[in-house]
Amino acid sequence: MSALVLAQAAAEAAGVTNKGWAALGYGVGALGPGIGIGYLVGQSVQAMARQPEAAGMVRTTMFLGIAFVEALALIGFVVFFLAGS
Amino acid sequence: MTVATDPSIFVRDTGPAVEREVARGILRHGLTALPVAMVLGFMGWGLDGVLSVAFAGALVLANFWVAATLLAWAARTSISLLMGVSLFGFLLRLGAIVGAVMAVRNMSWVAPVPLGATLILAHLGLLFWEARYVSASLAFPGLKPGSEEK
Repeated sequence: MSALVLAQAAAEAAGVTNKGWAALGYGVGALGPGIGIGYLVGQSVQAMARQPEAAGMVRTTMFLGIAFVEALALIGFVVFFLAGS
Repeated sequence: MTVATDPSIFVRDTGPAVEREVARGILRHGLTALPVAMVLGFMGWGLDGVLSVAFAGALVLANFWVAATLLAWAARTSISLLMGVSLFGFLLRLGAIVGAVMAVRNMSWVAPVPLGATLILAHLGLLFWEARYVSASLAFPGLKPGSEEK
């Protein structure tokens, strides 16, 4: 908690605005989906290599999974957009 | 005499483009639901709401279509390429959405709340809708009506 207060005080001293915080939040928010998509696609490629006959099913699930993970990044962007507007 | 085998056949998926099938279902559902969302936007924010909802809805549908097209192309080319296209496609498409929204954010017709809400709700809503009604028939094609004809 004190670290958060210190960070806020440092940011205020450095002149970081609400827009800056929003942009930082968006950047951090995009990290998770990037890691998630990397893991998801890696596992899907492994599944397709092991069982090529199930590739259609794996790709369907992978496509929906990627889209669900992307929603997290979209939420981060919308928060940034609304905070900045 | 040795028979030359093409190694690429082992590392690419030459099956049907299932991503396009999913995206087609999402587009169909999205175009059905978009007028309702536009009416809600009009009730809350007037003409600005309608235009903002339409813009965000178009962005979401275009995003799904581009993602499906890219993934289907990559899977037919090489599974390694699929990995790269998935990751960099995510960056590019997210960048395109950010660019499109930032380009119009100062225009008079933009209402931030309906635009942002439509981006999230349309994306998630269409995904849940699609995951429930279409992906099961794609995953188990035997259950799809008319599949015995193929």
